[in-house]
Amino acid sequence: MGEALSSAYRADRGAVLARLIAVVGDFDLAEDALHDAVLAAAETWPGDGVPANPAAWLFTTARRKAIDRLRRGAARDRRQRSWGELAIAWDAGSPGPATGPIADDRLRLIFTCCHPALELEARVALTLRALGGLSTEEVAAAFLVPVPTMAQRVVRAKRKIRGAGIGYRVPDPGDLPQRLESVLAVIYLIFNAGYLPADGAELVRVDLCQEAIRLAEVLVELLPGEPEPLGLSALLLLQDARRPARTDVDGRPLTLEEQDRSRWDQAMISTGLERLGRAHDLGRPGPHQVKAAIAALHSCAPGAESTDWPGIVRLYDQLYGWEPTPVVRLNRAVAVAMAEGPESGLSELEDPAVAGALRHYHLFHLTRADLLRRAGRVDEAAAAYAEARGRTANRAEHAFVDRRLAELGGPDGARTPDPARRAR
Amino acid sequence: MRYMLIIANDESHPIPGGPGWDDLMAEYAAFSEKLSSFGKPWSGDPLAPPETATTVRVRDAKTVTIDGPFAETKEWMSGYYIIETDGLDQALAAAAMVPSAKYGAVEVRPIAEM
Repeated sequence: MGEALSSAYRADRGAVLARLIAVVGDFDLAEDALHDAVLAAAETWPGDGVPANPAAWLFTTARRKAIDRLRRGAARDRRQRSWGELAIAWDAGSPGPATGPIADDRLRLIFTCCHPALELEARVALTLRALGGLSTEEVAAAFLVPVPTMAQRVVRAKRKIRGAGIGYRVPDPGDLPQRLESVLAVIYLIFNAGYLPADGAELVRVDLCQEAIRLAEVLVELLPGEPEPLGLSALLLLQDARRPARTDVDGRPLTLEEQDRSRWDQAMISTGLERLGRAHDLGRPGPHQVKAAIAALHSCAPGAESTDWPGIVRLYDQLYGWEPTPVVRLNRAVAVAMAEGPESGLSELEDPAVAGALRHYHLFHLTRADLLRRAGRVDEAAAAYAEARGRTANRAEHAFVDRRLAELGGPDGARTPDPARRAR
Repeated sequence: MRYMLIIANDESHPIPGGPGWDDLMAEYAAFSEKLSSFGKPWSGDPLAPPETATTVRVRDAKTVTIDGPFAETKEWMSGYYIIETDGLDQALAAAAMVPSAKYGAVEVRPIAEM
C-alpha cells in the first residue's frame, strides 16, 4: 500500500501540485495541503484500498485540506485574498493527462519557477521540487549544498514570488522567447550538474540527468510549436546516450575519442535525431538546436577521425552568434584542432579573450594540455595537466589527469599503451 | 500591485544642457504618454543632483544633520516612478522602457501595502 502511495506521489506530484498552486494561488499553502493529503492517504488507503485514480484523490483531498487551513487561519492570514480565488476554483476539475487546463498549470508553474527575477540556484531548486518531485533534501544532496542552505533559498524565492508579484502565468508572446531561454537554461543546468558534477567520486549523477531529460520532454509536450525545447530535448538525449561509454570499467572518464561508440545508446540517439529533425522543420534555429546538431554530428560518426570536424567548427561559429562566450570558443578550438591540427587549436586558445577569461576553469587547462600533448610539447602538456588537476574536486577527473600525466611521465611516455584502451 | 521604479544613475548619464539631454527629455515625454495610455494611475519625478541632498538621523532624541545622501556610492537615485500593474512582469517591462535604463539602472520594488 505504501508502494502504491509513493508511486502515485512520485508520478503525479508535479501535476497535482501545479493544479493546486493554480487553484489556491499560493506555493506554500499548496505544498502544505498536499503534504496533509499524503498523510491522509497513508492513514486511509491501507484500510479502504487504493482509489481508482490516486492523483485525483490526492488533488481533491489536498484542495479540501487547503480550505481547512485557510479557514483556520483566515482571520490572521495574509492569504485572505486567495479565498476568493479558491471559491471561484471550487468546481475546477481534477488532474488528468497533460492536456487542457492541467497542461496550462504546469506551464505556468515552470515559467514561475524559472522566472529571471529569482536567483539562478533558487530557480533550479524550485523547478526540481515543484516539477521534478524532488524534496529539498534531495535537491540539496544533488547540488552538494547543506539542507538548511537549500531550504533557505527556497523560502527566499517563494517569499519573493509572493512579495514581488511574480504571477503564475505563461508570459505574453512578446516576452516568451526571453523567458523560455531562462527555463531552458535551468533545465540544461540541472542536466550538467548531473553530467559533470563539480565534486564527489562519480562522474555522472544519473538522477539529475534523467530529471532534466524528463523536464525537457514536459516542455516539448507543453509547447509543441517551439523549436528550442525540441532542440534541448534532442541535445540531452544525444549527450546522455554516450553515458555508458564515458568511463572505463574502473569508472575512469574517457574522452570522446577514446569511447567505444558501440556502447552508445542507439535508441536514445535515434529519438534525439528525430526531435532535432522536428525542431529543424519549424524553421527557427536557436542555440540549443545548434548544440544538438553538434552532438548529432558526433553521434553519427563511426569514430573521431571520421567526424565532420569542419562542420562542427561551422556550427560553433553559428553558436557564437547567440552565445559569444569564451567557453564556446574553447569548444570551437577543440574542433579546429581536430580539423586542422593541434597547433591551430592552440593558437585559438592563446587568444587573451579566451585564455584570460578561462584561466580558473579546469576544462580550459585540460583542453590545452590535451592539444599540447598531441602537438608533442610534452613538458608544457604536463604543466597544463597539473594545472587542470588543481582546479577540480571531482575525483574521477583527478584519475583521468593522473593517467595522462603517467603517460607523459616515462622516458617513452608518449608511447606507453593507454590503460583505458585495454580496459574496454 | 503598485511598484516603485527607482532610477539610479552614474557619471555616464547626460546632464542638463549637455550632449544627449534634449533627446533624453523627448524620450521621457514619450514614456509619460505611454504610462498614461495604460489607463492606471502613476506618478513620478526627477530628483535634484545628490550634491543637494541632506541626510537627517535622530539619535537619543537629538537630530543629526549631515551633508550628502545616506549612502556614498558611484550610483545615486536620480528619480522615481510609482506605477500600478497586474504583476512583476508588467513592472519589469515598464522599467525597461525608462529612458535612463540604458545609462544606469532601474530597481523595481513592490510597494508594501499596509
